[in-house]
Amino acid sequence: MTRRTTAAFEASLDGLDVGRTRTTPGGFEAVLREVVRQPAVGVPLPDEGLSLPASVTTDATPAELADAATGVTAAALGIADYGSVVLPSTATGAEQVSLFPPLHVAVLRESDVVAGMPEAIERLAPLLRDDRGSAVVATGPSATADMGDLVRGAHGPEEVHVVIVEDDEGTRNGTVDSAGDETSDAGEGGTTGSVDAGPAGDGDE
Amino acid sequence: MSESDEMRAARIRELMETEGDAVADGTRGFNAGRYESVADLDEYEELKDGARAIKEDAIGRLPELLDRLEAAVEGNGGTVYLAEDAADANRYVREVVAGKDADRVVKSKSMTTEELEVNEALEADGVEVVETDLGEWVLQVADEAPSHIVAPAIHKSREGIAELFNERFDPEEPLETAEELTRFARERLGELIEGADVGMTGANFVTADSGTVALVTSEGNARKCAVVPDTHVAVAGVEKVIPSVEDLRPFVELIGRSGTGQDITSYVSFLTPPVASPAVDFDDPDAPMADGAIGGDGAGDDPDREFHLVLVDNGRLAMREDEDLRETLYCIRCGACANSCGNFQSVGGHAFGGETYSGGIATGWEAGVEGLDAAAEFNDLCTGCSRCVPACPVKIDVPWINTVVRDRVNRTDGAGEFDFLVDGLTPDEEPGGLDRTKRLFGNFETLAAWGSRTAPLSNWVADSAPARWAMDRWLGVAPERDLPEFERETLVDWFAARGSRVTADDARREAVLYPDVYTNHVAVDRGKAAVRTLEALDVRVSVPASAAVGSGRAPLSQGMVSTARRQAERCRDALVPELERGRDVVVVEPSDLAAIRREYEKLLPEGDHERLAAGSYEVLEYVYGLLESGADGSALGDGDDEGGAVNYHAHCQQRTLGLEGYTVAVLERLGHEVTTSDTECCGMAGSFGYKSAYYELSMDVGEPLAEQFGDDDRTALASGTSCCEQLGALLGRPGTHPVELLDPDSPDQ
Ligand code: SF4
Repeated sequence: MTRRTTAAFEASLDGLDVGRTRTTPGGFEAVLREVVRQPAVGVPLPDEGLSLPASVTTDATPAELADAATGVTAAALGIADYGSVVLPSTATGAEQVSLFPPLHVAVLRESDVVAGMPEAIERLAPLLRDDRGSAVVATGPSATADMGDLVRGAHGPEEVHVVIVEDDEGTRNGTVDSAGDETSDAGEGGTTGSVDAGPAGDGDE
Repeated sequence: MSESDEMRAARIRELMETEGDAVADGTRGFNAGRYESVADLDEYEELKDGARAIKEDAIGRLPELLDRLEAAVEGNGGTVYLAEDAADANRYVREVVAGKDADRVVKSKSMTTEELEVNEALEADGVEVVETDLGEWVLQVADEAPSHIVAPAIHKSREGIAELFNERFDPEEPLETAEELTRFARERLGELIEGADVGMTGANFVTADSGTVALVTSEGNARKCAVVPDTHVAVAGVEKVIPSVEDLRPFVELIGRSGTGQDITSYVSFLTPPVASPAVDFDDPDAPMADGAIGGDGAGDDPDREFHLVLVDNGRLAMREDEDLRETLYCIRCGACANSCGNFQSVGGHAFGGETYSGGIATGWEAGVEGLDAAAEFNDLCTGCSRCVPACPVKIDVPWINTVVRDRVNRTDGAGEFDFLVDGLTPDEEPGGLDRTKRLFGNFETLAAWGSRTAPLSNWVADSAPARWAMDRWLGVAPERDLPEFERETLVDWFAARGSRVTADDARREAVLYPDVYTNHVAVDRGKAAVRTLEALDVRVSVPASAAVGSGRAPLSQGMVSTARRQAERCRDALVPELERGRDVVVVEPSDLAAIRREYEKLLPEGDHERLAAGSYEVLEYVYGLLESGADGSALGDGDDEGGAVNYHAHCQQRTLGLEGYTVAVLERLGHEVTTSDTECCGMAGSFGYKSAYYELSMDVGEPLAEQFGDDDRTALASGTSCCEQLGALLGRPGTHPVELLDPDSPDQ
């Protein structure tokens, strides 16, 4: 994905008031520890290079699901035009984990950000048709205006945070985001540098 | 007013008072959001064309798609049931629920289940049915029907909901803010979902190739209903089937924008059930929910899951065979037609609806699934303004469907007692017994000819107190409205005596000014102004008596389709020879141009319609073209007079046809500073505002116009006759047609 697509995606997330953090595979776990609120539940990530920190329970019971403050799941795609993340359903309960807790953290590879809906549907078609899979295109938090004003967290999360994982060193193109580079070098210790300043921070508050 | 008019007016008045403000806020907000959101969308028109093409194709080969869908769902391990009617669908759903020994069914919002009255059927079996969409739940608690297909509780204010909840649930701390109300509902409904045995959803789209159910929601409750209980029943009309997953694209981009004005709603779920997500057993809170499946991330079926797709016919397959109603099946139920409707904005779906569906396309749905009686009730509230046409993401001609249904209703009504009153005035092709008010307005052409012939006597008689009383009582003509005053000398007479002032040799172009009924008999001055304006731009104008025929617009608005067709044919016979002589047709009254450009497609053979549509112009559109191609506008009235600042309300049909910009551009070119109106419709819409039963509603619809234009004393301009009259009623000073500002001989200039 080009830097421009990611920038458009990030701008859309800002417009939705969705938090975002950019990191590298090396910095991922530390970022996640910082972003989640405890207690946290999650599902195993399909991405070989990424694993969830031990503080995120991956074998949740219904009780743990109901009590969790955060749910962590993978996003298969990001859609730049809308700031949407595409969340496939899994037998491990990704649908529930992304839906019940008040904060949903979506983990997305930067290379999986596409420009618009045509590309997204094209990428989704094999999952839905050939694999008979299910997915939700989620854009921002759950919301309702039924009670007179816009309120977040109607039935689903009231807050969403997207962790964008840059591609591995060497495969990255485009301009260098200094914060990202520092983090990848600093490994687990360098998380603060990877959290973008500015609007993206809002989601953390 | 007759007794039934009186009752109707009272009901409308009550709804305006109790629900009007909340409905106005909601719908106008959605509508404004739509404009904003589609403006950001490149290829909006292409997307709509694409969406329409997919629907046309899908409905065209529906039987085949239903077979493919059935195979796909069954291949996935689910079950498909094609229900003939509501009773059949309910019987099947009850069997499924009984088979699960279910005590509680949780539902997400679905108009199709409202149509079937599934809740009542299940409750009769002792099953608890819970609506989990917050708006729908409010209605369930209040025991009310939805008033909007997308936002069912749009008519309820926050205060009203707080009062309802506090009274019903008696919470420790009284609930007040939207935040508190939402929290309260979320918690309560969350518990009910967790303990439910069966989840029921609707479906926005179902793809035949994969059996994927697409659900467009913002709250997340549909997702919970589909995945928490182990059994999911999705209920959808057969028209929801589209061929393939790829076909979802335009709809996903259009549905939220069209409905609530959001670029996309929070959740667009594509579920290919039975889904892989583990069912969550909250009764067994400490057993891992994924049940040993941890480690897998594929989409393999959860063996405990059960899925039923109930596809409902209930009249739809017959609609498919009905040439005029078929388009209704393309509807994706976004609600844009209701939101853009001036009358709906004032009264909402409780006035503008039948048994289930409300607003805009509701008439088509009601006629198709409930029958003409249900459709007839509030079909009258469609004024044919056509503002919903460009709003509809699948380009359905909603006003045409309303016209056709009105025609069918006309033909089923019995003969009335006072038919003799209008029989003499109504040389139409409509059956006796057609509502007298409709017949009167549908035959305005005849009335106008008589009025001019006998003016000023006719004006004096018509305005006398006993006449006004009788007109209200028997003809349903609102006594509050000023009646049109007929001119003794018609435009045609005036022009015949005067002749053309531009010779054939000097003419830049030749044009026929179409002497529509109003311009010819009532608003003769604007016709004269149009002639002089065109002549000042070197156009050789004629106003032939042969063209002084009604366009068919008036009978059409009363649902008198065969009369309208006959008039359209007459109009064609008068105008096509003029076009053949190389003349352009220039039209002053926008609703007549709309008939020619839009409705003649349905009334005349294709070639005739195209010919007329291509050769006819709205008068300021024509002036714009002349000025653009180099005509000298220096003789025209300009903005130096009266400070030049004007307010302009474009006629609704003019805006649908994309003509507003020409008038504004011409006025600005001549030095006027133009403020345009923000509202969709002035509320008068031809005969609508003349009707006793709707007078107050018409004025309420006009309220935003009064608010916007009432504060200054600028000239108020409007292109439509009825808009001018409505401006008069709202502002206390009549509206002026823009061409009168351009008139080189105007007394003002
Ligand atoms: S007719 Fe068109 S605008 Fe109205 S609800 Fe259906 S799709 Fe939407």
